[in-house]
Amino acid sequence: MSSLQEGDLDLRGTRAPSRLQAARGTEESAQGAEKPFQEVMDVSTGDPHRAGMKPVSFVRQVLAACVYPKLLDEKSLPLDARQRANTLLGVCSGRSVGSYCATAYGIPYVCKSVTEFIMRRDGGVSSNPEDIVISSGSTKTLLIVLHLMASGEGETRTGVLTPMPCPHTLPTLLNMAGLTLVPYQLLEDQGWAVELDELHRALRTTRGHCSPRAIYISNPGNPTGHVQDRKSIEEVIRFAATEGLVLLADEVYQDSVYGQGTESLSYKRVLFEMGKEYSKKVELVSFHSLSSACMGECGLRGAYMEAVNLDPVVMKYLRDAQAPSSPPVLPQLALEVMVNPPTPEDPSYKTYSQEILHSMTTLSQNAQRACEFLNDLSGIKCQPARGGVFLFPRLHLPPQMVEEAKMLGVEADVLYCQRLLEEEGVRLGAGCENGQVDPNFHIRLCVLAPSDTLDEILARLHSFHLRLLESFP
Amino acid sequence: MKKLDYTVLTRRANQIKEELRQELRKPYKQVIDLYWGDPHAAGVKPLSFVRQVLAACLYPDLVNSNTLPVDVRQRAQRLLGECAGGSVGSYTATAGIPEIVHRISEFITKRDGGAPSDPENIYISPGSQWALRNILKVLVNSQASPRTGVLTPGPCYPLTNFTIKGLGGVTVPYYLSEEQGWELHVGELHRALDSAKGLCNPVALYVINPGNPAGYVQSRKTMQEVIRFASEKRLFLLADEVYQECVHGEKSEFLSYKRVLSEMGPPLSDTVELASFHSASKGFMGECGLRGGYVELVNLDPDVMKCIYKLFSTDTCAPVLSQIALDLMTDPPQPGDPSYPLYSEETQHIKTMMVHNVKRVFEVLNSLPGFSCKPVEGGGFAFPRLHLPPKAIQKAKEMEMEPDLFYCMTLLEEAGVLVKPGMENGPKEGTHHIRFCIITPDDTMEEMLSRLSSFHTQFMKDFS
Repeated sequence: MSSLQEGDLDLRGTRAPSRLQAARGTEESAQGAEKPFQEVMDVSTGDPHRAGMKPVSFVRQVLAACVYPKLLDEKSLPLDARQRANTLLGVCSGRSVGSYCATAYGIPYVCKSVTEFIMRRDGGVSSNPEDIVISSGSTKTLLIVLHLMASGEGETRTGVLTPMPCPHTLPTLLNMAGLTLVPYQLLEDQGWAVELDELHRALRTTRGHCSPRAIYISNPGNPTGHVQDRKSIEEVIRFAATEGLVLLADEVYQDSVYGQGTESLSYKRVLFEMGKEYSKKVELVSFHSLSSACMGECGLRGAYMEAVNLDPVVMKYLRDAQAPSSPPVLPQLALEVMVNPPTPEDPSYKTYSQEILHSMTTLSQNAQRACEFLNDLSGIKCQPARGGVFLFPRLHLPPQMVEEAKMLGVEADVLYCQRLLEEEGVRLGAGCENGQVDPNFHIRLCVLAPSDTLDEILARLHSFHLRLLESFP
Repeated sequence: MKKLDYTVLTRRANQIKEELRQELRKPYKQVIDLYWGDPHAAGVKPLSFVRQVLAACLYPDLVNSNTLPVDVRQRAQRLLGECAGGSVGSYTATAGIPEIVHRISEFITKRDGGAPSDPENIYISPGSQWALRNILKVLVNSQASPRTGVLTPGPCYPLTNFTIKGLGGVTVPYYLSEEQGWELHVGELHRALDSAKGLCNPVALYVINPGNPAGYVQSRKTMQEVIRFASEKRLFLLADEVYQECVHGEKSEFLSYKRVLSEMGPPLSDTVELASFHSASKGFMGECGLRGGYVELVNLDPDVMKCIYKLFSTDTCAPVLSQIALDLMTDPPQPGDPSYPLYSEETQHIKTMMVHNVKRVFEVLNSLPGFSCKPVEGGGFAFPRLHLPPKAIQKAKEMEMEPDLFYCMTLLEEAGVLVKPGMENGPKEGTHHIRFCIITPDDTMEEMLSRLSSFHTQFMKDFS
């Protein structure tokens, strides 16, 4: 056994044990251990299909025909889906999704479609296919950039300003890449807004501690649901410009802004509308993926980044980072359909737009309903969300429960979630996974689910929560 | 980042392909590309059953229509039932959908004559190299001094060497004996290990069986010697077995390292640490673009298994379609199933094609002065040796290229054939080879051999 102890076993970043249990544990729950519920309802991650949301038909039709080209002649599939599949097969080696992708950075045709989408989205701001890198999932895409930045030890170790709370997978990734997480608190009482003073404060803590090189921000916020207005985005951009930080903008939920009167703005667009002083200088990498709200195709594993104003040498590194391997082909085709959906003249447009509308309506209504419901529960306070797929309510837990958690060696929100899972079969995410180290506890739930599923979850949560409060007089 | 020379070649090939598309004149109509181990790009058709199931999983409406055979629809239905929310778009458990992982372990047990396989020790990953990289991350300590070493074969699959170096490790080559059909001699393992003294701290031994690029299939005897060596020297055994479906030699049989280890009995079977890798990219499926692979871990410490779990979990899970592809590979149609006749016909066709190709390669190349080719017993490639005339080597030097790269560039320009220069694979110093994929339709192989013969004869004449 000793040969393995030689290795680099510095894998800290133990996030909630419930994640460790989650994977292997499904088998146990499937094996019908005595439980008071039929099946586990899991809304701890942004995984809409798991919760019962349906995929976009057009996407699946195109992919099916790409995978099994005999379907190109299948009349039951819409003509435009079949035509798209035919076009996409034309950009695959040997007209097969089973061939290696020809480049390490993504199929050029797909990169081009991505840039066309970006230009449409950003009111004409130009986008270059050479600035696009595709990978299998946003984790990989982000890691490519993080690895690039990582350097130094101790005081010179690269630091990344990271929002608290942040996406629950981020702290482990930063640790794995050898980067120091420099937390900046989002303002919970203001709907998890970004505050400039807090960014400055966070930056000051890095002196003599690490070397800050980047600021990570997710907009719409994961898990907060906050959507930045133009002023806020400009503040962050100015801050990054002044302090010489690379902006890492996680915009995976850009398609899910539902708040009344809330505008969806990309970092790129705002940057370019701030004029040359910023648009030619600020280094920005923005991320998007198939795990977006409307697509929900988390299991397909496809993502891209657009890099702006990076040094050409750095850009080349990013494009070669996956060489000599290459990203899987099918998710790239799904990305192409995501960024280039049916237009009003297309036969599939009607169904497509109805499905998108249904997703957005469900999301928006669920978020509102769930937020009100949670705020009605004693000991829970939930900020309203305006975008994204999560709610991140705060828990005021009885002191005895906090003590009990301490004695068991877990965070109190982890204990809350464990108990909820055991008693009601509902799996939520513990807020500590999102990096919060303040004395408040939070839970994370994905509200993009069929309405009745959400209602069931809320009912079970209600029941559990009240029982919990009663048990601590 | 080290710049890999071969990209010069592939870039030129892409340029030429583009020029041909624009109908610029060339002495050939299209480039025959056998550079990668990519059967579909080389013209092999995917297996119908595989693609039908994948299509139905992607678009479940097909499950209820009569477009597809009933067993396809049943399989898709079962698989969708194993996906959260009935969709291939949901995340899965880190190691893979438990039912699929379970079936893979059953496949392994059956393949290995009953040697038990524990699903808890199996991880599905996006491509076998991703799994290999994670295991290497645990083995290679980037901070260590002296640096961590991994014994790798010469010739080898270059990506593995690249990964080891990228993680801060050192590759320690042990050379396979080309004269004896690429035999692995234990004496050479000892020599390699000794050569590492003072230079690095070797912790692992990486073997490829069936070979890549050299087309050998190891005998049980060799494998036992390797296992004993690994045990004696306390080396972690990394067995890259992705070409296990590609066995062409009549007398060759693929045995997995797991099986051989298990049949050697305790104490070896309980103590030698082994990771074996398989993939949906090679063999009959050839689904390189889907990125489906798995690793089975044997005799690892529970604490190390926890670390490995964490590593794998940082990337959430392998793509669901890749997992499904693996399921189809390890649990194909059986006699009696409606899809069986077609499946059997298609796989038999590919098998026959490979056997035919390696026979022709052997015949043709060995008849050409300046080439010598060992029989290709297994794997996806031929790796014939070039005996280049001194004038050619001189010309290559003048052009600042390795001789085999020079040969390949010239072959590409003049004959429109794209093969890989052997230098990337790290064979013995001073030897030159080319590598090309043999999983390709027979007529493509014939055309390639014909062009190669003409070119080679002329080349040898020009540089005599």
